[in-house]
Amino acid sequence: MSDPWLPAMVVLSSLLPGLIIFFLAETRIRLRTTLNLTGALVKLGFIGVMLWGVQNGREYVFRHTVLPGIDLVLHADALALLFVTLSAVLWLFTTLYAIGYLEGAPNRSRFFGFFSLCVTATVGVAMAGNLFTFFLFYELLTLATYPLVVHRGTDKALRAGRIYLAYTLGGGALLLIGTVWLYGLAGQVDFIQGGSLSALPPEAAGQLQLIFLLLIAGLGVKAALVPLHGWLPMAMVAPAPVSALLHAVAVVKAGAFGIVRVVYEVYGIEFAQSLALLLPLAIAASITIIWGSLRALFQDDLKKRLAYSTVSQVAYIVLGVSLFGPIGTIGGLVHLVHQGIMKITLFFCAGNYAETLGIHKVSEMDGVGRRMPWTTLAFSLGALGMIGVPPLAGFASKWYLGAGALEAGMPWALAVLAASSLLNAAYFLPILHRAWFKPANDAWPDEKIPQRGRWETAPLLLIPPLATAVATLATGLFAGAAFSPLSWVELIAVREYLAWIP
Amino acid sequence: MTDFLDPLPWLIVLPLAWGTLAFVLGPGRGGRLAVAAIALQGALALQLAGQLIDSGARVYAVGGWGASLGIDLMADGLAVVMLLLTQAVALPLAVYARGYFAASPKGRELFWPLTGFLLAALNALFLSADLFNIYVTLELLGLAAVGLVAIAGGTQPVTAAMRYLLATLLGSGAWLLGVALIYGTYGSVSLAVLTPLIHSGAPLAVPLAAALMLAGLLLKTALFPFHFWLPPAHGGAPAPVSALLSALVIKATFYLALRLWLELFLPLTTVAAAQLLGALGAAAILWGSVLALMQSRLKMLVAYSTVAQVGYLFLLFPLATQVPPAAAESALAGGVMQAVAHGLAKAAMFAAAGSMIVATGRDDIGHLGGVGVRLPLTLFSFGLAGVTLMGLPPSGGFSAKWLLLGSALETGQWWWVVVMIVGGLLTAAYVFKVLRRAFLPRAAGDRVARVPRTLEFSAFALALASILLGLFGAPLLELLAVGRAA
Repeated sequence: MSDPWLPAMVVLSSLLPGLIIFFLAETRIRLRTTLNLTGALVKLGFIGVMLWGVQNGREYVFRHTVLPGIDLVLHADALALLFVTLSAVLWLFTTLYAIGYLEGAPNRSRFFGFFSLCVTATVGVAMAGNLFTFFLFYELLTLATYPLVVHRGTDKALRAGRIYLAYTLGGGALLLIGTVWLYGLAGQVDFIQGGSLSALPPEAAGQLQLIFLLLIAGLGVKAALVPLHGWLPMAMVAPAPVSALLHAVAVVKAGAFGIVRVVYEVYGIEFAQSLALLLPLAIAASITIIWGSLRALFQDDLKKRLAYSTVSQVAYIVLGVSLFGPIGTIGGLVHLVHQGIMKITLFFCAGNYAETLGIHKVSEMDGVGRRMPWTTLAFSLGALGMIGVPPLAGFASKWYLGAGALEAGMPWALAVLAASSLLNAAYFLPILHRAWFKPANDAWPDEKIPQRGRWETAPLLLIPPLATAVATLATGLFAGAAFSPLSWVELIAVREYLAWIP
Repeated sequence: MTDFLDPLPWLIVLPLAWGTLAFVLGPGRGGRLAVAAIALQGALALQLAGQLIDSGARVYAVGGWGASLGIDLMADGLAVVMLLLTQAVALPLAVYARGYFAASPKGRELFWPLTGFLLAALNALFLSADLFNIYVTLELLGLAAVGLVAIAGGTQPVTAAMRYLLATLLGSGAWLLGVALIYGTYGSVSLAVLTPLIHSGAPLAVPLAAALMLAGLLLKTALFPFHFWLPPAHGGAPAPVSALLSALVIKATFYLALRLWLELFLPLTTVAAAQLLGALGAAAILWGSVLALMQSRLKMLVAYSTVAQVGYLFLLFPLATQVPPAAAESALAGGVMQAVAHGLAKAAMFAAAGSMIVATGRDDIGHLGGVGVRLPLTLFSFGLAGVTLMGLPPSGGFSAKWLLLGSALETGQWWWVVVMIVGGLLTAAYVFKVLRRAFLPRAAGDRVARVPRTLEFSAFALALASILLGLFGAPLLELLAVGRAA
């Protein structure tokens, strides 16, 4: 173990720029942009160093005692780096996108300040080394995202914000009770591979089951597990970059990632299995997968359709976690990354349609592929990836999830996956059909950015979705390469299951 | 160390001296002197804390006479924590008050002398070692506080001050009656002499005295259902006064209640009485929060929030009474942490609210639109203070809640867990009611002026302190443990 300051620097590299940005005047655009991008690049640099180190068996732990027996621990292990890298890379793209998206809009200093805080909280969630630290950043995330959700200040946004707070603070309260209870029972619970609770006396089993329920319910709110998902479709009133970040990395992923930590590194997968906790979790995830897809079918609002799709897709991660076996683990964890890349592409594109042509509804998308071919190409890649078409990213996830279901002796989960893929196709393919093959209507609802030469929209709006669309293709095509998400996840799975991997 | 440089007496003499000097200097003057002197008091309190950490609890005999004839001052960990809190809250508030009264001069004439006496009374109260001296400090504290409520003049503040005067005199009267009964029984008022006597046997008059004294303290602490006087007094006074009263004055009487319960009257405490105190605290949390949510005036909202937050303090009694020592220590640490965190956060919140009222020219939550754009730092301070009050991490309020929750779960008293969680969610509801409004754009016809920088930064310093307490609270708990027979 060495260099405890690296994890702290990763957190500070977005916290400090964020705090400075709050106090910048609206007109200091250049300084604000410089701060944002410097923070994002510096963060990536630190992460690069740690990726290399962890690959070579090093660990980075930062520890600060807050109260006797309660430590704030930032621990950059392989699992943390999976999520940290995802957040930092997508943050860079989203920042670029947001700069283009919000050009000329009011309150940008406030927006980018909270935006940076939001990423700070996300990397904190990723690197939290115990439940206390996790809870700390988890709640910080709630506070940092609320102003982003209500950013527009309309009645609809305020209402969505109120519901968002009610759900997330309620969930946070459950998580807090579970955490304090667990600390009382087992002392300070650090996240370690294989978990640490199996050492407790067997009389504690009942309490541990109850605590598990509290923790998962608290985390399930942000992960949008049915029936705790009500806030997510409403929160899509937020500006597009916020939705992109919320759906791809920040909020829903924090919940899903928390479930991963609790199952693998607090309880331990084998102990969780012996307490009979995994099957109920798998059932909850399956219900969410099907329900989210079904609801997505009936949404005409494009962002709402994408939001219900998130409900369904994030539950894939939870399903993978609850399949007992390394293959399922790989499927769930790799989907954490793949879903993020694909979903952020889709939200960027939805934002482009809205900002460029005023298109908010699926029914308005007829012929948009000819007016905005690049955006629509990116959208198509994201959508096909979500359906699971090879060789895109989503295919790799679904392949491992399916194989994991068979390995775990849960063939019914395979049926869930198949049904969900069909539903995905049923709500994405009509969009693609409209966009590419239907003739355009006479006029777009509200054309704001005219075609300029080859640029179908503002360059800063176009480049991020194209980049993430390429990533969707690349992570699928080169899934076997070193440092690809898949091979990194295999590294994690090997360490989790102590090398009984095929 | 020579006697002359001992920080203990100076902590009482200094504020008395600058308070008197400010009075002599004339109406409204003495602010700069006060800031310098409070900074010095802060340094003295820190020095004292260092002495305690190094060599344990201390006693100081005024004039070298010693107990029974002379007056003793006593400093243990709990007392010094409260001293530190007092100076830490008073210093930014003094800076704030200078700016505030420059912008809004109503009531500035007597602010500095009364504040000097108030701080002297507080410091003396924390250091007193006998029941009669405590009575004297209680009276001085009450009169200075009532005076501060009334300084703005006008019907509403004076009515509130009269109501407050009634409550505080009634409370002190009950205390004095109790002290008389104790003195009649044992012939002493010294805590050091009385504690072993009461522990070895107490005739019937003693529980009666204890009940009287405790009731007086509850009245002065404004614990539900004795809170009737607090909202008009704290909501009607000028902002720096509200901040001092909510952050410090009610904590002093809570401190005494805690001392009596844990030390002097420990043999008389029962689980039933502790549960009753906890139930009153729970009622305060729920009732105060709901009423805070219903307010349309900003300062009344913050004042009702104090009613609610006082409730959390009293949850410590059922959690620390006749339970395993580890759970009791955790509960005590949580309760004291809550007192400190709330002191800092509530001072910040009243200060920020005061700035918003100065800026908008009215005390109305409905007209806060535009504050977020014009006074971002003030709104940020309000939000940070809100985070502490909600008990969200990382903040002093969160550490307090964590400790209290842990001790409630450990002792199987899950009903307090429910109260704390529901209270936290209600707090979030009323804090966000303000934040949401302030984020909105300015309504047509409203004005939002800028306020002096000192107003913004002093509130921010207090709010930041309440947050940092959550990350660096360990030394405070170490100090708290000094002099406690664990």
